[in-house]
Amino acid sequence: MGGPEVERLIALLARLPGLGPRSARRAALRLLQQPQTRLLPLAAALNEAARAVRTCQLCGNLDSADPCTLCADPRRDRGIVCVVEGVGDLWALERAGVFRGLYHVLGGTLSALAGTRPEDLATEPLLARLRAGGIVEVILALGATVDGAATAHWLTERLSPFGVAISRVGQGVPIGGALDVLDDGTLAAALRGRRPF
Amino acid sequence: MEWDAPAIVLDARPYGEGDAIATVMTEAHGAHRGLVRGGFARARAAVWQTGNVVQARWVARLADQLGALTAELVHPAAALAMEDRLTLAMLRAACAVAEGALPEREAHPRVFGTLLQLLARLAQGPELLADLVRWEAMLLADLGYGLDLGVCAVTGATDDLAYVSPRTGRAVAAAAAGDWRARLLRLPPFLCAAVPGDAADWRDGLRLTGHFLARDAFGHRHLPLPAARIALYDLVTTLAETPGDA
Repeated sequence: MGGPEVERLIALLARLPGLGPRSARRAALRLLQQPQTRLLPLAAALNEAARAVRTCQLCGNLDSADPCTLCADPRRDRGIVCVVEGVGDLWALERAGVFRGLYHVLGGTLSALAGTRPEDLATEPLLARLRAGGIVEVILALGATVDGAATAHWLTERLSPFGVAISRVGQGVPIGGALDVLDDGTLAAALRGRRPF
Repeated sequence: MEWDAPAIVLDARPYGEGDAIATVMTEAHGAHRGLVRGGFARARAAVWQTGNVVQARWVARLADQLGALTAELVHPAAALAMEDRLTLAMLRAACAVAEGALPEREAHPRVFGTLLQLLARLAQGPELLADLVRWEAMLLADLGYGLDLGVCAVTGATDDLAYVSPRTGRAVAAAAAGDWRARLLRLPPFLCAAVPGDAADWRDGLRLTGHFLARDAFGHRHLPLPAARIALYDLVTTLAETPGDA
């Protein structure tokens, strides 16, 4: 169609989340039609990101600095650590702007199907942070799935000897959600997690 | 080809970006896989959690195709089990054992019916472990690896049965165990009589059925015992060794 370079570009774009072969072709066409304003800046940004971005040794976030911007920020509450499954979850919490503590990226949840074992999760760095002291609360912000819950229970057992407060994010009715459209499981979790009002 | 039946979600693994390949178990069709379009999308993910009871519908052009699954949630067993560690471990272990041990598309109505009852009674807590062990023994029997726990393999006695041979799966009376005692698996009383047992009995029961599941049901398929089943055994062992928790 446009030579091997174009085919390769389309094939690489098609591997990205949210893109299939058809949308990758459209994206490639747009890039190639406007090389100066789209393709070259994108190539430069990709190159720069590949060169500079690394995993934060403290929390597991992706950042161009190590420790990352969040870990290095002196205004954040260093006594609270929020444990998340992946960097995407960390970014989602940061986007919401509601949490001012530190994070820890676990790198997945225990899953027999995905082959994720306890040793595959980044628990040792978390335990090392607890050993270092100063942390008073760990918030488990893992998914409300069977694997997420199993991981939370397992992690609670590992963290309990440190004597820190361990909490979990709430589960239940989403903002803007009507009760009659919620599934039974969510309703049950919402009722179980009710609190005085 | 299509069917519509009550089913238990045994597992669902991601396929592509939002789809899933799910294994459900029904009374008439056994463990059955299918493609769930949008199974991991936000709106549908809650339905396809392991252990949930659903009304499932499977459609395919030909019988031997993977086919497409859709489902409506009937009983949110997964959500109800998430709060308690032992309950969740039981749910995961039972589903993992059923998913791994049962051949695809082979009906095992007894196994299905009993698992359905177990999932409905998960809130009972640790006492349900005895029923879970009995269910595993039933699953072994359904697969052709049944344990013979009614009579002593050595003396023919029917009482005082306390051990099981790890080789033959036959019961051995306490008096007949002799020097072999250390090599035999302990037979918990709840497998021979309608007694609830305690944490040590549940641990021994899980060890007993776990041995034969690993050797026969999974071993013959060159598969290890599921990690979720091993985790349940470890948890119950901890429970048995913690004074006052049993």
